[in-house]
Amino acid sequence: MTGWARRDSMAYGSYLPHIAIPKGRLIYMRRIYIKEEVCIGCHLCEVYCQLQHSQSRDLIKAFKRESPRPLSRLRMEEKRPVSFSVRCQHCDESPCVYACLTGALSRDPDSGVVNVDEERCIGCWTCILVCPFGAIRQESLQRKMVKCDLCQGEDMPVCVTNCPNEALVYAETDI
Amino acid sequence: MAKIEKVEYLIIGNSAGSIGAAEAIRETDKAGAITIISDEPYPAYSRPLISEYLAERCSLERMLFRSPDFYKVNNIQAVLGKTVERLDTEAHTIELDKGGRIIWEKLLLATGGLPVVPQIEGVARRGVFTFTTLDDAKAIDRFLRGVAGAVVIGGGLIGVSITEALVKRGIKVTVVEMQERILNTILDEEASVLEEEALRQAGASIVTGHTVAKISCDSTKDAVSSVTLDDGNSIPCNLVILAIGVRPRTELTSGTGIKINRGIVVDRYMATSSPDVYACGDAAEAYDFIYGENRLNPVWPNAYIGGRIAGFNMAGVPTEYSGGTAVNSLRYFGLDVVSAGMVTPLDDGYEVLSEKYDHTYKKVVLKDGFVVGMVFASDIEKSGIVFNLMKDRVKVDGFKQALVADNFGLVSLPEKIWRPQLEMPPSVSASSIISTEQPEGILMGE
Repeated sequence: MTGWARRDSMAYGSYLPHIAIPKGRLIYMRRIYIKEEVCIGCHLCEVYCQLQHSQSRDLIKAFKRESPRPLSRLRMEEKRPVSFSVRCQHCDESPCVYACLTGALSRDPDSGVVNVDEERCIGCWTCILVCPFGAIRQESLQRKMVKCDLCQGEDMPVCVTNCPNEALVYAETDI
Repeated sequence: MAKIEKVEYLIIGNSAGSIGAAEAIRETDKAGAITIISDEPYPAYSRPLISEYLAERCSLERMLFRSPDFYKVNNIQAVLGKTVERLDTEAHTIELDKGGRIIWEKLLLATGGLPVVPQIEGVARRGVFTFTTLDDAKAIDRFLRGVAGAVVIGGGLIGVSITEALVKRGIKVTVVEMQERILNTILDEEASVLEEEALRQAGASIVTGHTVAKISCDSTKDAVSSVTLDDGNSIPCNLVILAIGVRPRTELTSGTGIKINRGIVVDRYMATSSPDVYACGDAAEAYDFIYGENRLNPVWPNAYIGGRIAGFNMAGVPTEYSGGTAVNSLRYFGLDVVSAGMVTPLDDGYEVLSEKYDHTYKKVVLKDGFVVGMVFASDIEKSGIVFNLMKDRVKVDGFKQALVADNFGLVSLPEKIWRPQLEMPPSVSASSIISTEQPEGILMGE
């Protein structure tokens, strides 16, 4: 070792594979992981995410009446029998933050959460082009990007708490 | 400011690359003195937003790239509205206009680009503008009163972005592009056609395959009244925008021996040929991972990342730049288009896969089983997955058709790619799992 820990040894998704993190800078990061083998593709994570990010927090209103229609921050991917949900991974070296034209995206140095200042997002979609997970969604009516915020203000992200098969795991990792 | 100052880090320029470097330096060196010098009198602002400003969709406050207290919080001295007159790499000094000298240990040239001004008769007339700075946008904004028609010379990104802004302001715009199609350096033919349709639908006119030969003025008012094309046709207008392109701003390097090709040549550590001098952004010619050589890639994300890499290296943390390439996201007149890498194959040695339906267009360019270029229109949400396959040089032979398919996603890729990215790594211990009590009302059981 050179005294510098590399966060990402995997080839895929490492937009900046050569960035080194100074020793001693230990970031504790909360992340949602999938357990694909028990995901049955019920889409409840999507339903609860959409509800959580609605104005009304009322299921019928959120799905039938609200405009703009609330968007689920995660995306279900299916190729039977495989299914899993995909969301922002709050990358340490976050390509979206570095690509953001307006400074709307930033990563909280303490919590590690990648935040978006919706006021400053102009919907240029540059973040979308560089996201390795395709985890950023377009709120087309207001022309804003939206993505997983780990349900700020809640103890747990609602997709995790409401997954009937415990196919989602919320864990703290040090990177 | 004192006459002679000494700093650890001096950054010339105050845009994406500069901020990227300053932030990286502060991640590793909390104390070393950082000075940023810019001839623009503003705190760092988002340059791409100047068209939004001109379109009256974005206020000056919202254009700031970082919070107003950015410099203070990070203990950075910002010297704004001043020009660096001379650089001495031997002595490690710079001289400012109207006096002032700074001794530096590490220097970053994040000087950006300058608009190319073509040699056209009448180019110095009142009513002719370039469009790369906030001051340009302000000057055009002040000039707009009474302007009915505008000619934009150059159909690249700058030309199209100001066209959109001017159309929003109710001005009749004609874009004159020398090549056969607009946006020809960043889009392929199909996507250029989509953009041209969008522009025309919004009311703009496009003339391709021609250049402007002359800018004429009203005999009484010394203001622009028309342009004459190379075929003799003339277009009446009161405003002309020069949007031919930008070139790296390298004048400070003259006489220093710093190696220049088209831009300031940097190695994989963003270092120039001169010790302790780094460069990034539009001024620099840095490694392009598609072409495998240094190229100019004057786009915002490359500037920020290049600056970040330079910053780490300046602060003594050896960090290699994995390279950039052309990356562009366009969203003019409601049409979403993203492109990256080599959008049009250089020769027959490439494979092109594409799909087109309704307004959706997806194309990837492959070489020896690797993605080397891409263009996506309308359905762009998952384009980043393809971009990163390209960036990370993942061989896509086995699933290449899926890349342009309607239902493309991570699940379309081999399991060995998505599984380690999305599952909990074995290194995470079970004790780090955060849980609460089971929610009530489980809909589906074990």
